[in-house]
Amino acid sequence: MDARGASLTAIVDGVRAGTFGAREVAEQFLDRIARLDAPLGCYLKVDAEGARRRADAIDAARKAGRDPGPLAGAPLGIKDIFCTRGIETTCASKILRGFVPPYESTVTARLAAAGAISLGKLNMDEFAMGSSTENSAFKPTRNPWSTAHVPGGSSGGSAAAVAASLCAGATGTDTGGSIRQPASLCGVVGMKPTYGRVSRYGVIAFASSLDHPGPFGRTVEDSAALLEVMAGADPLDATSIPAPVGAYRQAARAGREGLKGVRLGVPAEYLQPGMDAEVEAAVRAALDELARAGATVVPVSLPHTKYAIATYYLICTAEASSNLARYDGVKYGQRAADAKSLEDMYTRTRGEGFGAEPKRRIMLGAYVLRAGYYEAYYGKALRARRKIADDFSAAFTKCDAIVTPTSPVPAFKFGERVSDPLQMYLADILTVAPNLAGIPAISQPCGFTKAGLPIGLQTIGPALGEEICFRVAGAYESRTEWHQRLPPEVV
Amino acid sequence: MSRITPEEVRELALLARLALSEQEIARMTGDLDAILDYVDAMRELDTTGVEPMTHAVPFDCPLRADVVAPSLPVDEALANAPRREASFFQVPRIVPGPGGGGGEEDL
Repeated sequence: MDARGASLTAIVDGVRAGTFGAREVAEQFLDRIARLDAPLGCYLKVDAEGARRRADAIDAARKAGRDPGPLAGAPLGIKDIFCTRGIETTCASKILRGFVPPYESTVTARLAAAGAISLGKLNMDEFAMGSSTENSAFKPTRNPWSTAHVPGGSSGGSAAAVAASLCAGATGTDTGGSIRQPASLCGVVGMKPTYGRVSRYGVIAFASSLDHPGPFGRTVEDSAALLEVMAGADPLDATSIPAPVGAYRQAARAGREGLKGVRLGVPAEYLQPGMDAEVEAAVRAALDELARAGATVVPVSLPHTKYAIATYYLICTAEASSNLARYDGVKYGQRAADAKSLEDMYTRTRGEGFGAEPKRRIMLGAYVLRAGYYEAYYGKALRARRKIADDFSAAFTKCDAIVTPTSPVPAFKFGERVSDPLQMYLADILTVAPNLAGIPAISQPCGFTKAGLPIGLQTIGPALGEEICFRVAGAYESRTEWHQRLPPEVV
Repeated sequence: MSRITPEEVRELALLARLALSEQEIARMTGDLDAILDYVDAMRELDTTGVEPMTHAVPFDCPLRADVVAPSLPVDEALANAPRREASFFQVPRIVPGPGGGGGEEDL
């Protein structure tokens, strides 16, 4: 087995068949992390001992004739927003430094129960706020295709680690594009399912009505295999959906048989002037390929797209200012030293513990929720949100899925946008609307720029339409070879 | 015309319990001003009669059975506390005592 470029499903098949052991797989990935992660900065914490222990348990189960699980031996990286019992979880924030969760998130518990092996915790933008991973309080993560470029964000560590084969799959969260945009910039597959499809229990909250946990994979089927385990109702998350989990792997494979009878909507609003020319050309070529696979391409309209970014930032900051009120230095995390009073302890703990972006969002959220401004900003945004969601409902009467670019630009350079928060927010223009509507969307590689940076294709489905996303993405992947390209090894 | 003043930013920081330096306040005023200017484009959107959408998926708050179940043991719940005493989280004094004080040094 060669870990570099290995797909998660191929690894699981090999472990389940006994072709190689889970321990051997874990050692190969741990070795790669030890040799290759320093210049990339994907991992905040590597749990080598835990990974070896779990791998040995998988091998022992198989040898004893027990089923080692549908993800037996799958080496995963976990975004550091998922609480992991006994393992420090910081959300890439100084304010949570030293926090060791006393409980496990539902997602990571389900993955472990299915036989997956966590290799460690992955870097991200602090509290998942950002589109470049430059907002991590601890270190930047670099794009494996070009270390002068960002990996995207906020799940930049997850996307970069999968691209560089420092894990075979990863977990992420997507509040406004934080799975799909880094997947696009790093040339891997990232899936944001329907809101509530995956439990948020134990996922550190940013904007509760918009937070969607989901998988990263090297291939469409790898992502589908992970989602099948991650998804499902959870008594610990009242917003999780009781609907049965779909056959996502089967849907991904069904795509290989073509897309006859499938109508794909292309919204004019998503291919606007200002988009990078190479991105636009790659996406138009991908639409041609999907048409050759048998799909009918139809124009659709999402007329409220131009309000999506404003709507998103009003809602997510309002929710964030409320969610982040809990970090006060009392029960966990960091506390400012030598406080003169309780008030002093609160304000200095938060002033010292939060980075610039969480502070900005807490302040903006506090502003838009203030009496007198509430209706003009937050109330307005909630109404605009419904109009944006209604756009999708109307479009899905004319098509089965919507195909767009994931990001209007390929990976940008460090420092290029971070000094101008509004410019950074505009990077999310093509990904935020599905979060507002709560509908599923997947990003997959669909080409490279002349400079060698990946370009991503986004397929959006209706609520609980994960299968159609996987089917379209599976069809495209089976007819192209972009997903087989590997980034250079940076030592 | 600026939409937010440094004084308003100071007041918001107090409400949000964030200690900000003068430099941060200046930067924050400019950043928030630019963002508020951008979101102002929303005003042209007619939302008359539109029901606010607070949640992506309509759901009824489900009730669980009112049965006592095991919860986190006290020691585990307190394990991450920056300061604790016995089975309590410890914080600086909330009400000043007869001699004033209320700081961490009084703990």
